[in-house]
Amino acid sequence: MLITRETKMSLKILARNGVRSQHISTARIIPARRWSSSISQQPGSDSVRFPGAVNSKFTSKMAFLKASDLPAIPTYRVMDSDGHQVDKARPAPDVTNEEALTWYKNMLSVSIMDVVMFEAQRQGRLSFYMVSAGEEGITVGSAAALTPDDVVFAQYREAGVFQQRGFTLKNFMSQLFANDNDAGRGRNMPVHYGQNYPRMHTISSPLATQIPQAAGAAYALKLQDLQNPNRDPRIVACYFGEGAASEGDFHAALNIAATRSCPVVFICRNNGYAISTPTLEQYRGDGIASRGVGYGIDTIRVDGNDIFAVNEAMKEARRLALSEGGRPVLIEAMSYRVSHHSTSDDSFAYRARVEVEDWKRRDNPIIRLRKWLENQGIWSEDQDKQTRDEMRKAVLKEFAAAETEKKPSLRDAFSDVYEEITEEQREQMAELKRILETYPDEYDLRPYKDGIKGLD
Amino acid sequence: MASLRTSFRSLAQTPRRFYSGAPTAAAKLNLPIDYKTTPILHHTSASLSNTSEYPAGATSKRLNLYQAINSALRTALSKSDRTIVFGEDVGFGGVFRCSMDLQTEFGSDRVFNTPLTEQGIAGFAIGAAAEGMKPIAEIQFADYVFPAFDQIVNEAAKFRYREGATGINVGGLVIRMPCGAVGHGALYHSQSPESLFAHIPGLRVVMPRSPAQAKGLLLSSIFEHNDPVIFMEPKILYRAAVEYVPNEYYTIPLSKAEVIKPGKDLTIISYGQPLYMCSSAISAIEKTMPGVSVELIDLRTIYPWDRQTVINSVKKTGRAIVVHESMINYGVGAEVASTIQENAFLRLEAPVKRVAGWSTHTGLSYEQFILPDVARIYDAIKQTLEY
Repeated sequence: MLITRETKMSLKILARNGVRSQHISTARIIPARRWSSSISQQPGSDSVRFPGAVNSKFTSKMAFLKASDLPAIPTYRVMDSDGHQVDKARPAPDVTNEEALTWYKNMLSVSIMDVVMFEAQRQGRLSFYMVSAGEEGITVGSAAALTPDDVVFAQYREAGVFQQRGFTLKNFMSQLFANDNDAGRGRNMPVHYGQNYPRMHTISSPLATQIPQAAGAAYALKLQDLQNPNRDPRIVACYFGEGAASEGDFHAALNIAATRSCPVVFICRNNGYAISTPTLEQYRGDGIASRGVGYGIDTIRVDGNDIFAVNEAMKEARRLALSEGGRPVLIEAMSYRVSHHSTSDDSFAYRARVEVEDWKRRDNPIIRLRKWLENQGIWSEDQDKQTRDEMRKAVLKEFAAAETEKKPSLRDAFSDVYEEITEEQREQMAELKRILETYPDEYDLRPYKDGIKGLD
Repeated sequence: MASLRTSFRSLAQTPRRFYSGAPTAAAKLNLPIDYKTTPILHHTSASLSNTSEYPAGATSKRLNLYQAINSALRTALSKSDRTIVFGEDVGFGGVFRCSMDLQTEFGSDRVFNTPLTEQGIAGFAIGAAAEGMKPIAEIQFADYVFPAFDQIVNEAAKFRYREGATGINVGGLVIRMPCGAVGHGALYHSQSPESLFAHIPGLRVVMPRSPAQAKGLLLSSIFEHNDPVIFMEPKILYRAAVEYVPNEYYTIPLSKAEVIKPGKDLTIISYGQPLYMCSSAISAIEKTMPGVSVELIDLRTIYPWDRQTVINSVKKTGRAIVVHESMINYGVGAEVASTIQENAFLRLEAPVKRVAGWSTHTGLSYEQFILPDVARIYDAIKQTLEY
């Protein structure tokens, strides 16, 4: 689609000769200034001055870069799997005991909810569920570094982000049972949570669509915060998995975020599997982190089972994202999906049970922080048992309440498609109402708030 | 954009919990479809061999829809070394099990996983087809095909036209995708975007209603045509619809409708899963209105479609209803109704009616009320007959 200067010249000649060229004028034409800046190659210079690669040294030695020759990007960690600080020389994590306990309880709560809801789905009490087992450290630890004004775009395995940012058990259960208290108006599949403030956009099932949106949202925050210097600057945090990073949207997002200097932190949860597809069939190269460097984005890889490492990396990423007028940052947080992809999946069809059990035994973000808390002398087995019991009871209480709550009104089947219900939709609602009245035995309207009146 | 891919078993099965409310005990019309007795599946091998489109004297066995797709893929991989099968999670058998065991039988060069990128899968398939392969690409859900829309609409559909006298085309290219609602798929595991593809000249858009039909139509798409085919499989039928399917290679012509049941008073035109609801509604109406008989037509190929079979039927019956699951606005029903009106106007005794999804998204709690059901089809038949 690009038209070079030479082509433009020949088009002019064609135009002079009477050939219509106006159809071509809508094509994208390289701006002239880009060409003029490239011509200043100094005679005898030892480096390239092409516009697409500045400061590249000329070489007479032909050598292809081999990804396998480069050292793997290191993985940042603070504490080991026994809950001890690895580098005794560095200061202790900048976290109060209260904060660390809150994180622990938030991870625990999500994990207990996961166990209850997974089982509830197996019993047929809700249609679908996705656990986030093994990834609670990434979600809770990163969300803890955000301010309430920051904006989140998540994928679907980030219950910990919602938990850490104030989403209540009632909020979770109302969404899971699609009842009248669900902010999503009973429209979305379970685990597609959403909240206005602190803002976490409602989960969309299609993968990676949220990543370029996060770049645009960050750009919006940047412009608004520039226009209103009195407010604290905000960032966007964007979550996705390593599978989603294969989508075109991922590449588009990183590139546009870099070129527009957007204050966005991309957090890739690399858990080893996209449903059945292991990372070896998902990508070659050094994980997702290596791609950030390619887009000119500051990048770090962290141990996702180490909540302190995640939190420190996120705090620093947030600072970087707001520095120098704004820029994107990429965090690749490593973990292992110890769960099935979803309640619809049986992962032992494509991976060995022993592999999963091995990971479960070897490492886990919740157990690691628990060990750290115990090492600090601020947590005990008794406290742990009591807390787990209380949480389980709280989950079951909200579960029972949400399950019996009415569904939203039938009107919400049609509302919000457009700002106003259209004239055509009104006719359809009237026709639906006529059908429901003509064939009352064929429909059960009792679960719906306002019954048939919902269509008035 | 692939997904949340909840796929799998739960999306190919009747939900245990009905989000949209189960019908009452007194319901007579909106009952769950009884796939074991529906007259539109071949419940005996004899009924299969009485149908002219299936190979005479062939052995057959009972398969559900995903097994029939699997059988078609296995047949295609055996018949030609040029056939390749790929997509997300296809290696271990696919989330709906359509490619089960094929990687073991035919090797990972010809049956393989791709990274998670629909635009990449479609473009890869087009390139392979342009160089003489027969790529069968799987998009995990029709809801996730949209990143591939550019490749399908701007590339696959226009390939032959653009190449002109070079003679190069992408024949043999088939893009398969599960589609349609299951009762709890909500916004992103329910869509049926056939009309979006049917709007694009150059694509053949096919939707089978049954296992035996699926195998014949899929093999026809791969071997009998040199046009790119969008092959949409109603996922609710993967496990539910079971019938006798010939074991051997056979094809069913594309762009040819099937008159499932002859009738004299009214023609219903549909395709895919709603045909089962149409069949139930017809049984009910023929009981409550003795003497009435309704003709049921399965389009099978949505575009280019078999206009003559439909027009001839409506010229005979004088009344027509089009039924489909996706939204009514700018849907397949609009095209069919308009074509009937243009070609059989003087024979029409009533306006052509459309029974389709309402003009909204598939909200989880409301699916039952948004999508067509037996009661709505029954009501439309009654209104059209009494017009």
